[in-house]
Amino acid sequence: MELTIDINKEQELAQEQIKAQGFRVLVCGGTGCVANGSEKVMAKFRELGANVSTLTSHDKMTVVPTGCHGFCEQGVLVILPDQHTTYVKVKVEDVEEIFNSHIIGGQPVERLLYTDPATKQHVKKNDDINFYAKQTRTALENCGHINAESLDEAIAVHGYEALSNILRENNPDAVIQEILDSGLRGRGGAGFPTGLKWKFTAANKGGKSYVVCNGDEGDPGAFMDRSVMEGDPHKLLEGMAIAAFAIGADEGYIYVRAEYPLAIKRLRKAIKDAEERHYLGKNIMGTEFSFELHIKEGAGAFVCGEESALIASIEGERGMPRPKPPFPANKGLFGRPTLINNVETLANIPVIMRKGAKWFSSMGTETSKGTKTFALTGEVNNTGLIEVPMGTTLREIIFDIGGGIRNGKKFKAVQIGGPSGGCLTEEHLDLPMDYESLTKAGAMVGSGGLVVMAEDTCMVEVARFFMNFTKNESCGKCVPCREGTKNMLKILEKIVQGKGELKDLEILEDLANTVKDGSLCGLGKTAPNPVLSTLKYFKDEYIAHIVDKKCPAGVCTALKTISIDADKCKGCTKCARTCPVGAIEGTVKNPHHIDQSKCIKCEACLNSCPFKAISKA
Amino acid sequence: MSEDKKTLKIEGKEVEFTDEPNLLEVIRKAGMNVPTFCYRPDITQFGACRMCVVEVKYPNGRVMVNSSCTMPPEAGIDVSINSKRVRKIRKTVLELLLANHDRECTTCEKSGKCELQKYAEEYGVSTIKYPTLDKKEMLPVDCSSPSLVRDPNKCILCGACVRACQEYQGHAVLGFANRGSRTLVQPMCGKDLADVDCVYCGQCKAVCPTGAITVKNEVDKVWDEINNPEKKVVIQAAPSVRVALGEMFGLSAGENVIGKMYAAARRIGFDLIFDTNFGADLTIMEEATEFLGRLKEGKNLPLFTSCCPAWVRYLETQHPEMLAHLSTCRSPMSMLSPVLKKLLPQNFEGYTRENTVVVAIMPCTAKKAECKRPQFKGDDGIYDTDYVLTTEEFGQMIKSAGIDFKNIEAEECDSPYGQYTGAGTIFGASGGVAEAAARTAYYFVTGENIANNDILEFRGVDKHSRSKLIELDIKGTKVKIKVVSTLVEAEMAIQEIQDGRADYQLLEVMACPGGCVNGGGQPISCDDITIREQRADGLYKEDAKDLQFRRSHENPDIVKLYDEYLEKPNSHKSHELLHTTYDDKFKGSYKDVTK
Repeated sequence: MELTIDINKEQELAQEQIKAQGFRVLVCGGTGCVANGSEKVMAKFRELGANVSTLTSHDKMTVVPTGCHGFCEQGVLVILPDQHTTYVKVKVEDVEEIFNSHIIGGQPVERLLYTDPATKQHVKKNDDINFYAKQTRTALENCGHINAESLDEAIAVHGYEALSNILRENNPDAVIQEILDSGLRGRGGAGFPTGLKWKFTAANKGGKSYVVCNGDEGDPGAFMDRSVMEGDPHKLLEGMAIAAFAIGADEGYIYVRAEYPLAIKRLRKAIKDAEERHYLGKNIMGTEFSFELHIKEGAGAFVCGEESALIASIEGERGMPRPKPPFPANKGLFGRPTLINNVETLANIPVIMRKGAKWFSSMGTETSKGTKTFALTGEVNNTGLIEVPMGTTLREIIFDIGGGIRNGKKFKAVQIGGPSGGCLTEEHLDLPMDYESLTKAGAMVGSGGLVVMAEDTCMVEVARFFMNFTKNESCGKCVPCREGTKNMLKILEKIVQGKGELKDLEILEDLANTVKDGSLCGLGKTAPNPVLSTLKYFKDEYIAHIVDKKCPAGVCTALKTISIDADKCKGCTKCARTCPVGAIEGTVKNPHHIDQSKCIKCEACLNSCPFKAISKA
Repeated sequence: MSEDKKTLKIEGKEVEFTDEPNLLEVIRKAGMNVPTFCYRPDITQFGACRMCVVEVKYPNGRVMVNSSCTMPPEAGIDVSINSKRVRKIRKTVLELLLANHDRECTTCEKSGKCELQKYAEEYGVSTIKYPTLDKKEMLPVDCSSPSLVRDPNKCILCGACVRACQEYQGHAVLGFANRGSRTLVQPMCGKDLADVDCVYCGQCKAVCPTGAITVKNEVDKVWDEINNPEKKVVIQAAPSVRVALGEMFGLSAGENVIGKMYAAARRIGFDLIFDTNFGADLTIMEEATEFLGRLKEGKNLPLFTSCCPAWVRYLETQHPEMLAHLSTCRSPMSMLSPVLKKLLPQNFEGYTRENTVVVAIMPCTAKKAECKRPQFKGDDGIYDTDYVLTTEEFGQMIKSAGIDFKNIEAEECDSPYGQYTGAGTIFGASGGVAEAAARTAYYFVTGENIANNDILEFRGVDKHSRSKLIELDIKGTKVKIKVVSTLVEAEMAIQEIQDGRADYQLLEVMACPGGCVNGGGQPISCDDITIREQRADGLYKEDAKDLQFRRSHENPDIVKLYDEYLEKPNSHKSHELLHTTYDDKFKGSYKDVTK
């Protein structure tokens, strides 16, 4: 098709504009850094920059609010791209020093550089920070490097280039073939081949079709999709437009939970900007292809991440999954053929189309191609958002990128895939992270939540925690999930309270398997995973809770005993004064003891004892 | 309809299928069955109860478990309906449901007819290993409605009632609240049924697999009246009752048991036995006259039929602006009752207005509300109809009276006000009122009887479409009549009328799909949509074969009633006894934002 927009020219113009910004100070404007005060940091930089024209290398300074860099724990992050410098944990009070010393004086501020947890050294160049060095970024390639609210900055880094090429070539089938060849699989959890999904939906071309982006990221601690939406919204829009072109849709929805106000704000602005300049909306780039995009804010129900529940929610119905078949590709939103892809999947599309299927499929494993983002949290030194080639091992992620376990503790397990995933142990550390291997091990890629747990984590409590989550988030439609999660939770609660019986384990396992087998939707089918995987790898902990009435990790309050070692106690009375319930008795200079009937196991005494005479078991 | 024969295997048996909407129907057609709570062939499949799960092996070797009610049949698949995997799921589902269920089965209205009870027995659920429902956690039972009782402690959340209400009546009186294990089915904002716009049609009760929604049982009160020597208790029974009651005693659907019914009523102790069909003939006389009058005046057309109490309440609560269209004729039941209370004392010894108790046996739960309308109460506080029992409640009375219903000798009803015509009997099927009215209107206009009494265009309204437009040629006068079944269709007709797109002069509305034969008070038939057709066929058969007269105006008892008392249709006297007024129930209600 004839295009009225020359994207290469637009790109040159946009790159010129970036150059004209002079000295660029990238300040992270992701949700995490905003919460840490990045807006104040930006304001301070702007204030200082406005008055000074004597900079090291430029005559002008521009403060750029970017999307998430992923290293949220170290926020507020400030990057000086020309200097390859990343400053971490920047406070508004530090801004003046960075400005004077580095921006004007050319001298980096050592104390604000990232400190490697292993070497304890400051890392000068951002490429040398292990957290970033070991990553390969595709979906996140621009997050943190461009102004998330600027269409021009997106265009400068190849935004809408792929769409432009596709429209010129005008061959939807070739697009689908390219995605098929790339081997891309759904990044939302189940890992269905994306190209196949497109093909199935395109087969119903003719009438009205929809493209829906699933941005209902609900796993506790996961924020991959939010970061893409906040940091590079145009990439998502371009991906959706390409999908719409390929399957013959002219309307689309982005379903975002209302708890992501910043993502919604940036998406809205991105849609408006793109429509104004004909990258979206009617007659895109002057062609016959039109694609109208809406944002639907969700109320935050976890189940609405399930595609049929999401469709029901967009339609204004109660967010309850519908039985499949029919699949959305045949009968989806408002009864029409609908393509639903997750944010990350769609964000991969423009890159694949630009760099080619071959490039993409060169990354990853035999069956899982490309890269995958993970939200790395828990007991690791470096937490944050990462993107690695599929097939990267847990060891690389946890110990190289994550910098190992905090406070020198021992690694115990990692929970993958959130409440739907499972717990993996030390024996899985060298398991390649791909769809098949993880499923086989009883976990799942899921949307990419990675919670690392150290030796002092109680696995029964972990199972209880996730079961409580799924029990609350079950929609209540099908019996196995609604009643099954409730009863599994009851049993787990019994066990952590020390009231469990051995036969409970049998009932629990049996019920977990049936819920997995019999539930209507993905939520129910995966809800028992945390139970099943902890039962598989940590059965001894369950038994300890039930038979010995002990929590080996010392986490479960009901099974904890705090006692004072009479030999070590000097009778300083500090613990007795600290105890909030008056459970510690004793006289000065004589050993104290704890009245177990009064003790609420808050551990306040434990931390107060100067002689380490108090211990828990 | 596709005639391609395709095959699949069920438990190793090769089974043919054509256009069955789902695997469950194929299984049933093959003479086998799987249990289900939430599947009702007539409403959208839901896939929630997971009882109908089957294990399917695809030709490519893939094996999966899915609910058969939501799976389209596929050629070449190998279906196991009793594999270890699926039986395990079913039994667990039963155990989980029972753990969370008020298991006071013996005192439950649904005992013996409850699907949960039935499957628990079939699957041998003898112990429940999960913590059971704490009595203290039980929710209050909603007895506010004059027709229905809702017990949330017996609800298994299959959602059949929610879908029935939405898809039949477009009304969504019931909906899901909360989520997960806290999910409840309830009216808006947790209100009581009586405080929302429920029309009491009872279709929610008809599709409920358990005792969560049951009829408000008044059998004991009727027994008390019967056993009160001071009272004269008379009975009337609606058309549809005679073709459904037999099902409760092992007779087939559609079998006309009216003679047995009369006999059973006498054995129970009813003093006089009448037939609502007589009231239906009376309704035709009045309504046909009213219709012709309106046609002449050209006012308030189309005329809406008013026999269905659910429809009347729907208009009163949702469309009071359309009430002028509604026929002022009372329903057949509410016509016969005041006639009885007025004229029995004149015709029978020992009967006074005060000591006469009229019991109406109805296929309908909404009639229980209708008889309590203030319009149907005299200034002396005496109601025209004292009690309405559903077909099921009456069957329960017969059973407890120790009557061998199957073998009881048929008897005649009492006279006058018992004889009826075929026009009266077909009131029970959707389209019947219009057909009956057409027969008499034709006579009223032309002075001649219509050549063919079987106006087939009026029939089968539920079967293929729940809305039909019929054009009638009354010797050159063209009359268009619309017949709709369900309030969803009625609402569409109202929209049509309000948009000026309606070109018909009469609108017949029955709220229950298929009409009264499928009313909320009938024996349970929600698993088989052919049952209501069989019942309707039973009525049409009685009309065509069993009855001497087929046109209301020919009923000798009717003629006599007009001669002796009422004078003529729409006379002052008939207006007093047989017509009524309606209330605007929107104004001042919770929905009225102007109040």
